[in-house]
Amino acid sequence: MEETGQRSAQFAGDRRIAAPLKRAPLSGWGRYPRCLTDIYRPEKFAELAELITADPHALVARGAGRAYGDAALNAPGRVIDVTRFNRMLAFDDATGILRCEAGVTLGDIIDTFRPRGFFPVVTPGTRFITVGGAIAADVHGKNHHRDSSIAAHLASIDVMLASGEIRRCSPDQNADLFHATAGGMGLTGVIVEAELKLRRIATAWIESETVRAANIDHAIEIFERTDRLYDYSVGWIDCASAASALGRSIVNFGNFATLDQLDGQRRAAPLSLKPRRSLSVPIDFPGFALGPFTVTAFNELYFRTHRDTPRALVDCERFFYPLDSIRDWNRIYGASGFVQYQCAWPMAESRAGLVETLEAIARSRRASFLAVVKKFGAQDGLLSFPMPGYTLSLDFPMRPGLLPFLDQLDAMVLQRGGRLYLAKDARMSPAMFHAGYPRLAEWRAVKAAVDPNNHFSSSLSRRLEMVPA
Amino acid sequence: MAAAAHRIAPGGAPRVLILGATSPIARALALEYAHGGASLYLAARDTAEAARIAQDLAVRTGVAAHAGPFEAGDYAAHPELISRAAAALGGLDGVALCFGALGDEPAAHHDATAARKIIADNYTGAVSILTFAADHLEAQQSGFIIVIGSVAGERGRSRNYIYGSAKGALALFTQGMRARFARTPIHVMTVILGTVDTRMTWGRESAFLTVAPERAAALIHKAWRRRAEVVYVPFFWRFIMGVIKAIPERFFKQLKF
Ligand SMILES: Cc1cc2nc3c(=O)[nH]c(=O)nc-3n(C[C@H](O)[C@H](O)[C@H](O)COP(=O)(O)OP(=O)(O)OC[C@H]3O[C@@H](n4cnc5c(N)ncnc54)[C@H](O)[C@@H]3O)c2cc1C
Ligand SMILES: NC(=O)c1ccc[n+]([C@@H]2O[C@H](COP(=O)([O-])OP(=O)(O)OC[C@H]3O[C@@H](n4cnc5c(N)ncnc54)[C@H](OP(=O)(O)O)[C@@H]3O)[C@@H](O)[C@H]2O)c1
Repeated sequence: MEETGQRSAQFAGDRRIAAPLKRAPLSGWGRYPRCLTDIYRPEKFAELAELITADPHALVARGAGRAYGDAALNAPGRVIDVTRFNRMLAFDDATGILRCEAGVTLGDIIDTFRPRGFFPVVTPGTRFITVGGAIAADVHGKNHHRDSSIAAHLASIDVMLASGEIRRCSPDQNADLFHATAGGMGLTGVIVEAELKLRRIATAWIESETVRAANIDHAIEIFERTDRLYDYSVGWIDCASAASALGRSIVNFGNFATLDQLDGQRRAAPLSLKPRRSLSVPIDFPGFALGPFTVTAFNELYFRTHRDTPRALVDCERFFYPLDSIRDWNRIYGASGFVQYQCAWPMAESRAGLVETLEAIARSRRASFLAVVKKFGAQDGLLSFPMPGYTLSLDFPMRPGLLPFLDQLDAMVLQRGGRLYLAKDARMSPAMFHAGYPRLAEWRAVKAAVDPNNHFSSSLSRRLEMVPA
Repeated sequence: MAAAAHRIAPGGAPRVLILGATSPIARALALEYAHGGASLYLAARDTAEAARIAQDLAVRTGVAAHAGPFEAGDYAAHPELISRAAAALGGLDGVALCFGALGDEPAAHHDATAARKIIADNYTGAVSILTFAADHLEAQQSGFIIVIGSVAGERGRSRNYIYGSAKGALALFTQGMRARFARTPIHVMTVILGTVDTRMTWGRESAFLTVAPERAAALIHKAWRRRAEVVYVPFFWRFIMGVIKAIPERFFKQLKF
C-alpha cells in the first residue's frame, strides 16, 4: 500500500533536510557500471537549495540518465534527480527563445513547439534527454558541421552553485562560468534554468537523401561534397566490412522541407505528425544474442535493404530519433551492459584515424551493430567534446577482454590528437582524459573559483581526476 | 450512462481553483484542465513555486493561470481566497482539493500536537475551505468539487492511522456534501488515490504498482468528465481495497504493511 517502508529523515549536522532520499541501483544508459546510490528528487527550489547547502556529501545532478557511463553516477556520494524541475517559463515568438527549467526534456519541447513551427537547433540522437543534461554535455547533433553544439544556441544558463546562490551566465555575462558549465558535466553546480533558442520550421518533414558509400574514402568524399548543401548529415558504417570495403556505409543527409515540397495532404497540416507507436524490449537479451554472427547478418540485411534514395520526405521524428521508437533498447545487450565508444580526431588526422580504428575493430570481431560517423565543425567551450574533424561512435557489449582492447583504441586516438566524449565514457584513464582536453587547466580555474570544496563531484570526475586532489 | 455536461460559464471552459497546487498531481491535473481551455487559480503555500507552475501552464497551453497563497491552517484567510480566485478568474466553477501531508506519523503516535497537526493539514483545513467553496457553488447553483482522498483512509493501519483517519474522515465529509447537493447540478467527486510517484512515496518501497502523477491526473480528469462520484485511481485499487477491507480484523491487525 502507499506510504509503506521506512525512510529516515536526512540530517546534516543538526539541520534537517526536507527532501527524502531513495536508495536504488543506478547506472547510465549503457548499464555499466551500476551501483547502489542515494538519490534525492527535490520538487521545489527551496528544497534544492536546502539540500545543496546542508548535505556534506559529494553531489551531482542527474537528468534523464541518457549519458552512457558514469557521468550522472555518484558512489559513494549522492545524486540529485532534477527531472521534476520541468517547467517552461516563457516563450518569445519573435526570437524563438524558450526559458525553461533544466529538467524539461527535448521531447517535451518538441511536442509543445513543433506544432507551432519551432524546433531545437541542436538535438542529439534521442529526444529523451533533459535540457540540463544537454547543456552539461554540450551535446551535438547531425548539424554540428554547420551549427556547432547546443552551447552556441543558449542565451543564458542559471546555475545553482555550492553556496546555494543562483548565478546567471551567458557568453557576455560571467562568460567563464558559461564556458565551464556547457560541457562541464554538472561539476560547476546544478543548472536550474536556461534560455534556449529554437529555430523556425515550415514543416515537420525532412527532405532526406540516402547514399551508399563503398568504403571510408567514398564516405568522406560524400560528407565533404554535401557539407554546404545540407543542415543534417550522418553516416552508418558496417563495422564488419574489411579490406577494400572497409568503412562501407550509408550516408544520410537532409534539410527541413519547405511548404511547397509537401504534397497536398501533408501541406494541409504541415506541422503535424501521427503519433508514433513505440515498441519496447521487455527482457534482457541473453549475452550470445549479439555475437559476431548475428551482427554480421544484421549488417548484411541493413545494407541490402537500404538503396540509394534520392529525395524522400521523412517525418522529422524518424529522421532524428530512429532508436526512440524502441523503448529500453539498451537491454538488448544483456544484463552486463555495454560501453559506447565515441572519439573525434582533428581534420588532418581523421581519415587515418578512421581507417586504423575500423581495422582494429573489424579484426577484434567485437563490433556492435553499426558505427556512426559524422563530420564536426567549429567548437567553443573548455571541456566540450567536438573538434573540427570526424567523429566515430559505436557500442561494444561488455565482455571479457573488452577493456584492454579499448585501451588499445585509446592509444591510437591519442596519438592522432583525438579525444573521447565524456557523456559516453565509462572507462578511460585519467591520462587519456588529460591529454585529450588541453583546456582542462582553464576549466579547473573556474571550478576552483565557484566550487572550492569540490562539493559537486561524480563517479566520472573522480575516476578521471578532473579536479586535482 | 448519459453524462450531463458540467454547467459552466458562458464561453465553455471552466474556471478552476486548485488547492495545494505545488503537488505534482495537482500540477498535472491543472494541465489537463488547461488543455481543455480552462482558466486556473493555483493556490499553494509556496507561492513562488505556484507562480512557476502558472507560467508553465500559460506557455504550454496559452490559458490564463494565476497563483496565490493558501495555507490549510489559516482559516481566517479561507473566505477571502474563494472571492480572490473568483475575482481573478471572472467567476469560479470548480475547486480541486489536492493538498495533504503525511506529517511525522511515528512521532505523532506519542505526541498529540504532532497528531493534531496531521488532522489539521489533511482534514480540518479541508473542511474549512470546502465549506466556503460549497456555499459559493450553492449560491450559483452550479459547479464542481473534487476531493483527493487516499486508500489509506479506507482501513486503519499501524503505520499511518492518523493520516489515514484524516483521509477517511475527509471521504465521509465529501460523501455528505454530495448528498447535500444531490438535487442540484453541483458535482462532488471523491478520488480514492492509490500509490503515486511523488515526494510522499519517494524512497518508500511500495508493495503495489505506483503510477506517475500525470497518469493519476489524467484518470481523475477523465472521471470528472464522466461525472463520477467516487473513483478509485487507478481502478484496480477498488479490487485491492475490496480484498483488504474483507480481511477479518483479528487477522488484519497482525499484518505488517
Ligand atoms: C540513444 C542515444 C543517442 C545519443 N546521441 C547523442 C548525440 O547524437 N550527440 C550527443 O552529443 N549526445 C548523444 N547522446 C548522449 C546524451 O545526449 C547526453 O549524454 C546527455 O547528457 C544526456 O542528457 P540526460 O538528461 O540524460 O543527462 P544525464 O545522463 O542524466 O546526465 C548527463 C550529465 O549531465 C549532467 N546534468 C544533467 N542534468 C544537469 C543539470 N540540471 N545541471 C547540471 N548538470 C546536469 C550530469 O551530472 C551528467 O554529468 C545520446 C544518448 C543516447 C542514449
Ligand atoms: N502520493 C501518493 O501516493 C498519494 C496517495 C494517496 C493520496 N495522496 C494525496 O494526494 C494529494 C497530493 O499529494 P502528493 O502525493 O502530490 O504529495 P505532495 O507533493 O507532498 O503534495 C501535497 C500538497 O499539499 C500541500 N500542503 C500540505 N500541507 C499543507 C498545508 N497545511 N497547507 C497548504 N498546503 C499544504 C503541499 O504544499 P507544499 O508544496 O507547500 O508542501 C503540496 O502542495 C494529497 O492530498 C495526498 O494526501 C497521495
